[in-house]
Amino acid sequence: MKRRDFVGLTGLATGALFLPSLPGFGHTAVDPARLLEPGADVIVKKRLADAALNAAKTAGASYADVRIGRSLNQYVFAREKQVQNIVSTESYGVGIRVLVAGCWGFASTSVVTEASLAATARAAVEIAKANRLLMKEPVQLAAQQGYGEVSWKTPLQQSAFEVPIKQKVDLLLAANAAALDAGANYINSALFQVNEQKYFASTDGSYIDQDIHRLWPTFNATAVDTKSGKFRSREALSAPVGLGFEYLTPNAAEQVRGPQGTDTVGYKLRYDMLADAALAGKQARAKLTMKSVTPGKYDLVLDPGHLGLTIHESVGHPTELDRVLGYEANYAGTSFATLEWKAKNLPYGSKEVNIVADKLQPGSVGNVGYDDEGVKTREWDIIKEGKLVNYQKIRDQAHIVGQKESDGCAYAQSWEDVQFQRMPNISLRPGKAKMSVDDMVKGVDKGIYIAGAGSFSIDQQRFNFQFGGQLFFAIEKGKITEPLEDVAYQSNTQEFWGACAGSCDQSDYRLFGTFFDGKGQPAQVSSVSHGSATTRFNGVNVINTARKV
Amino acid sequence: MAILSKDDAQTLLKKVLSYTTADECAATLRGRTAGNIRYARNSVSTAGSQDSVSLAVEARFGKRSGIATCNEFDDATLRRCVQRAEEIARLAPESPEYVPFIGPQTYLSPPSTATTLLTAATRAQAAADSMAVCAAKNLTSAGFLDGGTRFVALRNSKGLEAYQQTTNTDFSVTVRTADGKGSGYAIADVTDPAKLNAKVITERAANKALSSVGAKAIEPGKYTVILEPAALMAGDDLSLLGGLVFGMGAREADEGRSFLSKKGGGNRKGEKLFDERITIYSDPMNAEVPGNAFDNDGLPTKRQTWVEKGVVKDLFYTRFWAQKNNVPATAFPNGFIMAGGTQSTADLIKGTAKGILVTRLWYIREVDPQTLLYTGLTRDGTFYIENGKIKFPIKNLRFNESPIIMLNNIEAIGKPQRLAGCLVPPLKIRDFTFTSLSDAI
Repeated sequence: MKRRDFVGLTGLATGALFLPSLPGFGHTAVDPARLLEPGADVIVKKRLADAALNAAKTAGASYADVRIGRSLNQYVFAREKQVQNIVSTESYGVGIRVLVAGCWGFASTSVVTEASLAATARAAVEIAKANRLLMKEPVQLAAQQGYGEVSWKTPLQQSAFEVPIKQKVDLLLAANAAALDAGANYINSALFQVNEQKYFASTDGSYIDQDIHRLWPTFNATAVDTKSGKFRSREALSAPVGLGFEYLTPNAAEQVRGPQGTDTVGYKLRYDMLADAALAGKQARAKLTMKSVTPGKYDLVLDPGHLGLTIHESVGHPTELDRVLGYEANYAGTSFATLEWKAKNLPYGSKEVNIVADKLQPGSVGNVGYDDEGVKTREWDIIKEGKLVNYQKIRDQAHIVGQKESDGCAYAQSWEDVQFQRMPNISLRPGKAKMSVDDMVKGVDKGIYIAGAGSFSIDQQRFNFQFGGQLFFAIEKGKITEPLEDVAYQSNTQEFWGACAGSCDQSDYRLFGTFFDGKGQPAQVSSVSHGSATTRFNGVNVINTARKV
Repeated sequence: MAILSKDDAQTLLKKVLSYTTADECAATLRGRTAGNIRYARNSVSTAGSQDSVSLAVEARFGKRSGIATCNEFDDATLRRCVQRAEEIARLAPESPEYVPFIGPQTYLSPPSTATTLLTAATRAQAAADSMAVCAAKNLTSAGFLDGGTRFVALRNSKGLEAYQQTTNTDFSVTVRTADGKGSGYAIADVTDPAKLNAKVITERAANKALSSVGAKAIEPGKYTVILEPAALMAGDDLSLLGGLVFGMGAREADEGRSFLSKKGGGNRKGEKLFDERITIYSDPMNAEVPGNAFDNDGLPTKRQTWVEKGVVKDLFYTRFWAQKNNVPATAFPNGFIMAGGTQSTADLIKGTAKGILVTRLWYIREVDPQTLLYTGLTRDGTFYIENGKIKFPIKNLRFNESPIIMLNNIEAIGKPQRLAGCLVPPLKIRDFTFTSLSDAI
């Protein structure tokens, strides 16, 4: 793609002064041609990093790490028949973290020269010395081998940044048209594209160069009945992915049909945006006349595109060790799964619940080779046969739970933010016995099948939660009978996972994901995926959310 | 460099506009200098600062528009930025929602803000003061202090010229008992950091933490509640009042997809939707919550009433939607004021036979945009009131409630307090719907 073509196509952007207030959007908007320019050569990056590491050590740091980061984003927004906004952003700079006499210091700069990095390293040392006055316990950093000069890249087939903007715009407008033709009155669609170019170096002897890509096509279609004043929406059933533009090439082998009688389709590693938008337009219109649910206890059959959010909130967050220890107490909260709670070997769920953490799953948005403190990523068990067996940790937390190694869970949303503990992919292992969704539905006497993520809320220690969804279908005596609305289920994390009766097999396994998971003060966002197969939970409390105003 | 004076900013913008050949051109300069400190487990976990300035240029040829930005300010970079914006504009399709830039405007002068700001040392001292309160009582604090100065300057080829500088400091702290059986929260934000006392705020949170130990379970259901301002408006999460006032867009209402859409078409402006004691307005000249003098378009803000005596008085009209409907456009305010009375939260408690005091709400999410139904939970200090007194702490509860219903069930309105840049009174509300219990502390 030539620069001129890019520039021409960005002329579709209107109103880019009013950038969407998305978390992590604080990057500088740029000419999109910049998104194709190569970043600095690794030889240059190594020289810059060494300048910082040497300055930090000379100033008194016992440990230092340097992150030279270049974040490239492009966001395309459309509504109905027009493009609303195309925003290309770039952010380039360096974050330096140092350990001085057991106390952390951090500083960052957008001036990427050897002199500036050395000065920034010294500034980080000074901050560490100042913070030392308020330190309670010195930092204990788990040992970490140096990997030398290594690299990692998201396994993608086609970078989204190399695709002409016109093609992306045409796709969104075609999806909008499909939804409008099928019954929607309004539709907002968007395509989020992220490239993180990260170079990490530390006094441990690692020089890690990574090229990370993420993509998320999404929309929200709304149908209105002006006569009754009622309106209903259906969101996209796509997932944010760690893939290239190939995700948007439909492939029937990557589609999973919902149970008979539901007219739902789930997607694995290829997404058919046009088909999903057409279905969304039809389903949004159909939602205007659906039957309101009768509250009570139901067996829930949860599609992976829905269950992923429940896993995220009720397992992903409570097993973050920094939250368990109290670092998030003022904002995101603490956790019921304290060290004392775990020591008692209390059940987290039924024996069907096996939950794994990793940053390795191909196609997931959490997929990287190394974390932001130079730890090679791996897979480990969080819950095994219903028992909590481990947390998610970074290097300065491992000793607290008697471990010698980090889990590789450090992440910073950009070079200018300090890295801290963030969630890896947290996924429910599928069932071992062969079982289709239809087989699962056959065994349910009174239940509800739920597809797609809706409203979500959980308390600050992750006990009590309430989840909605996109589509709900009544199950009676082993069959889907009719669509429902006004459905939300409430439960307690342990009760809910204790009611887990099993999952479909690997053939039904799919990823849910989020691009903007927030945590920390100042708040940072991160991306994470959650895999599962369709799973059954018995006897869950369902409420009716309809109100009259 | 981060904070430019009015003259320096306009001189720079004039230079930028002198480089354009476009039919219309607008330039916006924004800068910020700020710092923060975060602590937990009685130790500092994060301390940092930011300084940044950026320029955005929008060039237009007819109804075609292009935008480019930069954050370097030498002549060559500025010229290149303008050229890029023009290059994009020439190749752009016409915007169906084009409205021309506005010309010179007259702006109010909101009350001046602080000139003395927090430094890294004073931020650390505030954190130390907060931690000391808790250490003395064997409590654990987790807090965050963040503040600084911002400026924005606008100029366009139609003669518009605008500049404003603002300061703000936010502090919040959660205090927990050593055994994890009690938790309390307090928050404050000010334009003048000299008015912020971390020790006093932390003591408030500490007292809540100590008195929340031993919480009892009560049955979910409909209760009279006293919602403190932090439970109504939040700076770091969705909030019940914030969701209501920020959802008052005219376009969404006219399109039939808002709680303000009218059956049969149109919007509900002029209808009485709330208790007649409810009045919500914005006023950039308010001394306690001084506002922005202009919005992103350069439209001047003014005192504007959104809800008056329960009646929806106005909706937000973007310039495009205003032109389409032949009404004035709405400059978007950055703060809201809910009119109140003179009673303190303590006074409201005294007048309550049976009810629940709520310190803070958490994880509020919209369940149904049609009815504006929200769900969420109480947090960090929930107490049962009987015969005008707090009788005992209670376990946290999940609510499912719409602010539309809530503002029709008003029992009493207290004295407004500043929170998240807004003035919000504590409210006493009957029949507030709790749907389940939470074991979270």
